[in-house]
Amino acid sequence: MATVTMTVNGKSRTGEAEGRTLLVSFLREELGLTGTHVGCDTSQCGACVVHVNGEAVKACTMFAQEADGAEVSTIEGQANADGSLNTIQQAFQDHHGLQCGFCTPGMVMSAAALLKDNPKPTEQEVRNYLQGNICRCTGYHNIVKAIMAASGQDVSAIAAE
Amino acid sequence: MYSFDFEKPSTIDEAVAALSSEGAQALGGGQTLIPTLKQRLNAPEKLVSLTGIAEMKGVSSDGGTMKIGGGTTHGTVAKEAKGSFAGLAKLASLIGDPAVRNRGTIGGSLANNDPAACYPSACMATGATIRTNTREIAAGDFFDGLFTTALEEGEIIVGVDFPVPQASDYQKFEQPASRFPLVGVFVAKYGDRVGVGVTGAGEDGVFRWAEAEEALAGNFSPDAVAGLSHSADGLISDLHGTAEYRAHLIGVLTKRAVAAAS
Amino acid sequence: MPKDGGIGASTKRREDVRFLTGKGKYTDDININNQTYVYFLRSDVAHGTLNNVDTSAAEGMPGVIRVFTGKDFEGIGGLPCGWQVTDRHGEPMQEPPHPVLAQGKVRHVGDPIAAVVAESLEQARDAAEAIDVDITDLPAVIDMKAAVQDGAPKVHDDLTSNLCYDWGFVEDNRQAVDDAIKSAHHVTTLELKNNRLVANPMEPRVAVGDFNDATGDHTLYTTSQNPHVIRLLMGAFVLGIPEHKLRVVAPDVGGGFGTKIFHYAEEAFCTFAAKEIRRPVKWTCSRSEAFISDAHGRDHVTKIELAMDAEGNFTALRTETYANMGAYLSTFAPSVPTWLHGTLMAGNYKTPLIYVNVKAVFTNTVPVDAYRGAGRPEATFQLERVIDKAAREIGMDPIELRRKNFITEFPYATPVAVEYDTGNYNATMDKLIEVADFAGFEARAAESKARGKLRGLGVNCYIEACGIAPSNLVGQLGARAGLYESATVRVNATGSISVMTGSHSHGQGHETAFPQVVADMIGIDASQVEIVHGDTANTPMGMGTYGSRSLAVGGSAMVRATEKIIAKAKKIAAHLMEASEGDIELKDGAFTVAGTDKSVAWGDVTLAAYVPHNYPLEEIEPGLEETAFYDPSNFTYPSGAYSCEVEVDPDTGKVEVLAFAAADDFGNVVNPMIVEGQVHGGIAQGIGQAMLENCAYDDDGQLLSGSYMDYAMPRAADLPNFVVDHSCQTPCTHNPLGVKGCGEAGAIGSPPALVNAVCDALQRAGKDVKHIDMPLSPSRVWAAMNG
Repeated sequence: MATVTMTVNGKSRTGEAEGRTLLVSFLREELGLTGTHVGCDTSQCGACVVHVNGEAVKACTMFAQEADGAEVSTIEGQANADGSLNTIQQAFQDHHGLQCGFCTPGMVMSAAALLKDNPKPTEQEVRNYLQGNICRCTGYHNIVKAIMAASGQDVSAIAAE
Repeated sequence: MYSFDFEKPSTIDEAVAALSSEGAQALGGGQTLIPTLKQRLNAPEKLVSLTGIAEMKGVSSDGGTMKIGGGTTHGTVAKEAKGSFAGLAKLASLIGDPAVRNRGTIGGSLANNDPAACYPSACMATGATIRTNTREIAAGDFFDGLFTTALEEGEIIVGVDFPVPQASDYQKFEQPASRFPLVGVFVAKYGDRVGVGVTGAGEDGVFRWAEAEEALAGNFSPDAVAGLSHSADGLISDLHGTAEYRAHLIGVLTKRAVAAAS
Repeated sequence: MPKDGGIGASTKRREDVRFLTGKGKYTDDININNQTYVYFLRSDVAHGTLNNVDTSAAEGMPGVIRVFTGKDFEGIGGLPCGWQVTDRHGEPMQEPPHPVLAQGKVRHVGDPIAAVVAESLEQARDAAEAIDVDITDLPAVIDMKAAVQDGAPKVHDDLTSNLCYDWGFVEDNRQAVDDAIKSAHHVTTLELKNNRLVANPMEPRVAVGDFNDATGDHTLYTTSQNPHVIRLLMGAFVLGIPEHKLRVVAPDVGGGFGTKIFHYAEEAFCTFAAKEIRRPVKWTCSRSEAFISDAHGRDHVTKIELAMDAEGNFTALRTETYANMGAYLSTFAPSVPTWLHGTLMAGNYKTPLIYVNVKAVFTNTVPVDAYRGAGRPEATFQLERVIDKAAREIGMDPIELRRKNFITEFPYATPVAVEYDTGNYNATMDKLIEVADFAGFEARAAESKARGKLRGLGVNCYIEACGIAPSNLVGQLGARAGLYESATVRVNATGSISVMTGSHSHGQGHETAFPQVVADMIGIDASQVEIVHGDTANTPMGMGTYGSRSLAVGGSAMVRATEKIIAKAKKIAAHLMEASEGDIELKDGAFTVAGTDKSVAWGDVTLAAYVPHNYPLEEIEPGLEETAFYDPSNFTYPSGAYSCEVEVDPDTGKVEVLAFAAADDFGNVVNPMIVEGQVHGGIAQGIGQAMLENCAYDDDGQLLSGSYMDYAMPRAADLPNFVVDHSCQTPCTHNPLGVKGCGEAGAIGSPPALVNAVCDALQRAGKDVKHIDMPLSPSRVWAAMNG
């Protein structure tokens, strides 16, 4: 066991982790942040995507001890200070970019990482970026639309209204 | 996962020392190793993370050589190699997905030598040199069959040196599920030779397609390989494609890589 | 223009806020003090005799509380099957036992042999490795046709063979259909496979069992689409716990798609073990484990023959299907290839004679049961593929051949025992042609050709039977349950409303759409209506969500209960306004007396119901709460026309899906945004089936596609934007909302469009490719082109 300290959503958090404790387990079980989900065990579904030091990573494929001293952002820290949905979250609601909600935290975190690097992505760039985020409900149409809308682009040309 | 100790040294020397104990194993970005550990297919006593070693990170150019630290992530390679070594930047940008590219490292990928990993094809095509804490190994001597390399126990890949080609391209034809290459072909053109590295297809892992290299050395154009076909012997047959199909793809992708590079 | 929050409005989903902020409460987010963890040791061979399971070493391992084996479940019921099919000779299907933990034999890779309960999951897993299992391998039966040959190894030794049933429908038509096919002008024959799929909701299954030994109350938290069904099956048939002592909670559930309908061994285990050890027991399925323990879907091998006269009129249809049941009968497995499949073989067409034969077969594979569409995709696929092939054989345009045979008069009684109430198949086809821009296809094809690509256009129709189901009818067909739905509408004193529904939302947006209906009926703001679901402790007995039934059946129950509320509220309003009950009208949340300016607000009436000072106590009870159970009188019949445009790379066989359009008739629509989302998701799963997904076993019964490394899930870049239209609306005639259901349409309607499109592309390029089995992977398409 080691004591691990990281800044999670702006607050310093300390907990215990074994060598094999994954970051996602640390967040969910040690810190009680259950918004980050586990949907697979082969690092493909992306339900567990969080940001570590500003970069999107799969929290199921990183040990908690690797994040010792790091800045970690999770879905729980995404809303605006007043509790309202941030631009990306609001776009997901406005464009029905989620159904069961299970993949959604990872989708939102991936979208945030994309828009940080590429503030005006094309539709194809959005689709390619989501390679590591699987959604079984939406067929991605409305997720792509929501991300495009969150980037401030006109999505009226994207079909199905 | 089985239980193991975890260490995160900050220098190569510390890492080498940490790896000298019985059952210790190096951990790169963990993007392949961690899923393997979850399946309990691997039982290290200790994992030594290489992600905290600053001297193993980064991309630099030295004359005609691109030197990439073993701990450099795919995402960094994709960005840094973009201007000077387009084929390698493209290869790195197509590995896994963005989150995987933010963790996975070139050293980790090469040490694992998955038969469908992307980097080995570039190493073979370019004749790269794998630098370890103790020696330099030519790519042709490094890959030694499926998931096997010339690395000794406790030996760390500290960097990879790529002779930068005049032109290069990587064509990745994805296996539909894993999105690893079903076949990937890396073509690198130099003044006096052309390298063609093939991944995903060989039963013994990555290989060079000598016949295509010869044909392209004299005439670096898609036409030069149009008449060539690779044999299906020794190629993988599985749920996603027969050996014959993979052999066919090697020809198609080589041609496309040459077209894209020329 | 519908009122915001009312019927017809694309109201934004209220549930999204918690999902978007990480505040959802899924089963794996539930942890109970003092809880333990279970790890299931599963068979790694497909078929074998279980000689001995020695747990002694495991029991002494750190953290281990107890190790369970099949012996612990002797004398306890097995997992029940909810549907008994009668074969074509009038005999009941063969129904083998399905123990919670394997007894005597293991029958598929993943069959649970032992369960270790420990203080941590890793300790449980460590101990499971110390269990010594002595198995004598037996030859596995994987191929269905081989499984029914004489002398084939038997999956269940006590059965006469691996044939579960040989079903004929309609058996009386068998000879007439044979004769019509023999004498037909033209017969088109197609042999095909409907590939085995794994549902893969993104949330893996989880179960947490809890037992209170002071009260004797059991609680099971589980990832279910239908908590009451689990309570009924597990309580009555497996563990013998009466309903009032068993609470089943399905909180936020991360997708279901059918595979979370069924009662699984792990649910029974956690409930049972929690009482045995007097501590909560939690099981969280890993994705790899899900591949070998979640019920699979589809897996049919079919031969279909379509007979036509000289003008192209369909005269008879005959189809023979081998349907894989896997190693055990999952909860509703027998109904899928029969009543959810055979009854749909008329499709949208007036074929007068139809005979459907289905042989359900046991194999050493994971049990197969309903997956989004369940039987109807299999029916649609074979029918729409054979029509496409027939059109090419007789040289008629595939759309014209369909139109020629469309049913145009309703109600229409099919020769396969269902009566379509409404529909307009020409209208959806016309709409499809418009929204998919068929007129521009040739120009697009020429543009593709200039780039060296082969473009193809595929079209098909579909019909489905949804709104499952009339209880008396399904009872005759072998269902061991009713298929009504329930709702309790509880009006609070201040006028806000809680609706307790037996339906369950796991992505469908009930929390938003259901209030739209109630709010619209009463004329109040939808924010005043809250939906309660997913907990048997606070909802009336309901049958849950599947078969596109939530709004059509659950919504209808809610309408009926709300009607009772309104009727009672009118009585109260009449009393308050000293008017005659018959003169009371309810509009925009206020009661008025016809022809006067008298008015009393909704909230005043509801307050009077709970503070009955000025109240007709002699006539009616105080309070305002009503329950209704709604049992539909017929299925609903959503229908539509779908098209797909693909581009094939002739060098590699890789297919790109460029465009997909859907013109659906769902009857009335409550929330168009949600409906479109449901269609998108269904289409994505249909494209997944057609292009990517393939659950494959080797001859020894090892699962070749046991993780996302080999099972290809559709990703964003694999799919186009979808054009979806639901403006063609022929409302259902027999439910109060006139709705038909939309959840499965996309998955049912889309696969044939893909295959038709790829075949079209290849045939346009001069390749004589008549059919390719799904998924149309690059290697298969390339092999077909070069075959």
